Formats: sequence, structure tokens, C-alpha cells
Amino acid sequence: MTSKNPRDAAGQAAAAAATEAYPRIVATLIRITGDWTLAEDCAQDALAQALERWPADGVPVNPGGWLMTVARNRALDVLRRATVERRKLRDLAVLALTAATEEPAEAEEVVDDRLRLIFTCCHPALGLEARVALTLRTICAVPTADIARAFLTSESTMTRRLTRAKSKIADAGIPYRVPTGRALTERLPGVLGVLYLLFTQGYNADGEPAFAGEAIRLARLLARLMPGEPEAAALLALMLFQDSRRAARRDAAGNLVTLDKQDRSLWDHAAIAEAAGLLAGLSDGLGGGLGDRPGDGSYAWQARIAACHATAKSTQDTDWPRIAECYDALARLQPSPVIELNRAVAHGHAHGPAAGLALLAQARAGGALDDYPWALAAEADLTARDGDHERAAELFRQAAERAHGESARRALLNRAGELEP
Amino acid sequence: MKYMMFVCTDPEPDPDRANEPDIDEWVSENDALGRRLQGVVLAGRSTATTVRVRNGELLVSDGPFAETKELIVGFDLLDCADLDEAIDVARTHPMARGGRIELRPLADFEQ
Repeated sequence: MTSKNPRDAAGQAAAAAATEAYPRIVATLIRITGDWTLAEDCAQDALAQALERWPADGVPVNPGGWLMTVARNRALDVLRRATVERRKLRDLAVLALTAATEEPAEAEEVVDDRLRLIFTCCHPALGLEARVALTLRTICAVPTADIARAFLTSESTMTRRLTRAKSKIADAGIPYRVPTGRALTERLPGVLGVLYLLFTQGYNADGEPAFAGEAIRLARLLARLMPGEPEAAALLALMLFQDSRRAARRDAAGNLVTLDKQDRSLWDHAAIAEAAGLLAGLSDGLGGGLGDRPGDGSYAWQARIAACHATAKSTQDTDWPRIAECYDALARLQPSPVIELNRAVAHGHAHGPAAGLALLAQARAGGALDDYPWALAAEADLTARDGDHERAAELFRQAAERAHGESARRALLNRAGELEP
Repeated sequence: MKYMMFVCTDPEPDPDRANEPDIDEWVSENDALGRRLQGVVLAGRSTATTVRVRNGELLVSDGPFAETKELIVGFDLLDCADLDEAIDVARTHPMARGGRIELRPLADFEQ
């Protein structure tokens, strides 16, 4: 957003610079002091001071260096005043903080502290919810009250959970380190999974919209810090493709608008272009005829599917055979009932409703999709296109009964209504 | 850091038991690296006795304290740099596949 008022513009520039620099400050302070709460508090203090002073004084040439100095001095103050209990730890931290140079030695740092922070927040020895909450709080500086709201709990409960997670990191000896070699291959999918969960928390119908933006910012950072990991770039591309539809996903009344009915001129075409560029970068080199590589991960395939939707002029104009092919690859890589369901839908578009219904019957055979409203909705849609409108309307109504969330329920009932004479 | 590694049974072991690591190799490797300070195998469930004192009265009963399918069958005391190293030690124990393993740091009252 831009503003004519120079003071507002300065404020926005200051806020942007401070937000950009913040995670590095927290991450560095945690490495030096080993104290998560101290690091967070001091970084927050520095951030508050920056937001107060920078709009008037101007953003310093090196915002990160400015914030680091303020936060470090604050940490030294707190530690020197702290009483005896953890004296040994305290003395070590003071020593390390005093030794730390005025500015973070960005070029010399072999491993970016922010990467350490991301991998530690997303360590599998923490519960999944704790990983998401800790990532939001520590790296993105999202207020605890906002995180609590997204998890449908009270602020005090969320504060306790965050404290417990930070205690476990210290007490169980979870290292502040980016794993290497085989361990990195094992851990990266978990980190990407947390970021994607964070994104969907923001993107879902009843979610917290700001989280989607935070997730994109983190994925962008991760892709930049780990250029040798194609799945990081693929995840960023996937998020950008999905988020590009944000403005078109709801009508004036706030109802969800399905992909086939969205006004595609409202899509964010700059985001789509960026995502397509990322995807093209992935497919460089080794690729077969379709730009796929044998080692492609699940985010690469999901991003390719999203790309087909994002670059199509309409539902009819979509390259459904390509999408069906991508789902075939995805189902081989990561077999799950929901992927099988989407695969059936794609084949239904590519090769006719009968083909889709046959695959859907297979997907539902295990019973895992029995209570899943979107399986019923998919069957309803395929049945309608196969010509049986009466049965299709009934299936849409059954799906609506099982749907979570008012907007999804309404959308399904509307589909049923449209099919009735 | 010191970690207690509880070795437990599990009702759903890994069905793929090919190339299962050898327990003797595991012991000698980790002993040599100084990561395993001590370890024992416990006698069977039927030998367990649970002891409680309530209102000053001794209560002795037959069997392990938790009637679950996961039974502690042994333990090893590890000395590792951090949790990631302890996880690496645990994952190569044959019972990581045949059962499950719980890692618990020893409480540190020094800090």
C-alpha cells in the first residue's frame, strides 16, 4: 500500500525494514545467549524503538546493525541486573555478547542464524502445533493473542504452550543447528511441512489471513538460504500460485467462489509470473521432455498442478491431461486418499466423468474418505456431468451436511440448488 | 548431556525386519565412542513388582505399574552432545524397529 503522506510513507518504510531485519536479530541473540525468552524480549524492544524513531529520523543505512546493537545492549543490561541464580550461564552470555561485533558479520557467517532458528523451531521432537506456534512467535513476531485465536484457544494457554516448547528445547538438548547430509534430507520435508501448514492456516476459509503472508515470507527466505534444495523453491512457487487467487476467492457477501467461477482478472498476475519463473528454474537441466526430473518432490508436482490452473484462461481451457499426469506422479510419490480423490477429479476432466468416477470408487474403497465432504462433492460433480442431476443434487446435499464451516456449507447447497429443476 | 534411553516393546513393530542392526555391534560401537555409559536388559514382565506407600501403608502388587502393551524391557544411559546425537544412537538400536525407544534427559539441578 502506498500513501501520499510522507510521514506515513516513512513509517511504512521503517516498518518494512524493521520486519525484514527482525528474525536475524532474534536468531543471533539466541545463538549467543542460548536464552530464547531473553532474545525475543530484547529483539521486540529494539523493534519497538525502531518503529518509534525511524519514521522521524529515517531508516538507518544498516537497519539490521542498528537493531542488533540496541537489542544486544538491552540484553547486556538485563543479564547484568539479573540475580545470581544462573550465574555461570549469565557470565558466559555476557562474555559472548561483549565479544560480538557491532554489526552482524553477514558475509562471514557460514550458516545463517535464521536458518538455525527455522530448523530448531521446526524440530520433530516438538509437537506439530508447538512448531507452528513457535515459528509464528519467534521468527515472525506475531503476537501471542493472534496465534491463540488461530488455534482456538486463550492467550494464556498459548503463552504456556510456547513456554513449554522453549523449555523443551533447552531441557531436552534440542540443538540450535542446521542438520547436514542425510539428517538434512530427513529434516527438510518437516520444515517445509510446517511452513505449508502455516500457509494453509492463513489461506483456509476461516483462517487467519496474515499467516499466509508470513508463510510466503519464510518460504522466500528459506528458498534464498537453501538454493541447493529444489523443494524449498517449489514450495514457494506453490504458495504464490495459490495465494494469487486471494482476491477472487470470495464474493461481495464473503461466500467462497469456486475456481471455475472466479473472475480471473482479479488474480495476482505478478505472483503467478514469479511462481512460474521459480518452477522453470526447477525444471532446468536434467529434465525430460516435460521439464520433470526423476528426483522431483511432492511440492514440485503440486506447484506444476497449481501452475496449470493459474495460467489457464478458464476451466475448459485448462490443461487437464497434464494435471492428471501430475496427480499420477504425486500419487506414486505420496499415496494418500485425498491425493487419490484429486487425481480422480483431474482424470474426470481430462478423460470424461466415467473415468473420474471409476478412479473415485477406487479412492473410496478403503473407507478413509467416508466422512470427507469433498469426496461427496467430487462424486456429485462427476455425476452431474455424467447426466444424473437428481442423484448429483442429493450428493451435494449430503456433502453440505458433513462440511465444516458455514461458507463451505453454503457453497455446496448452492450447487445442489443449481441442479434442481 | 545425559539421556536415559528406555527400550520398549511395541504392538506394531516394523514389518520389514531385513538388515536389522546387531545389538552387540551397537553396544561395542557406542561404548567405544563413550556415548553409552551403561545399559541393561530387564527380566520379563511376570517378574515385575510395583511398590507404593499410601497413608504410611506399604502396598505391594504384582506386575508393572502401567498395564500397557508397551513394556520397558531395558535401558541404556547415554552421554551425547545433544538430542540429535541421542536420536542417532537410538535409531540404530534394533529395538527402534522391533519396538520403540523413549529418550529422556536426566534432570539438571545445577543450572
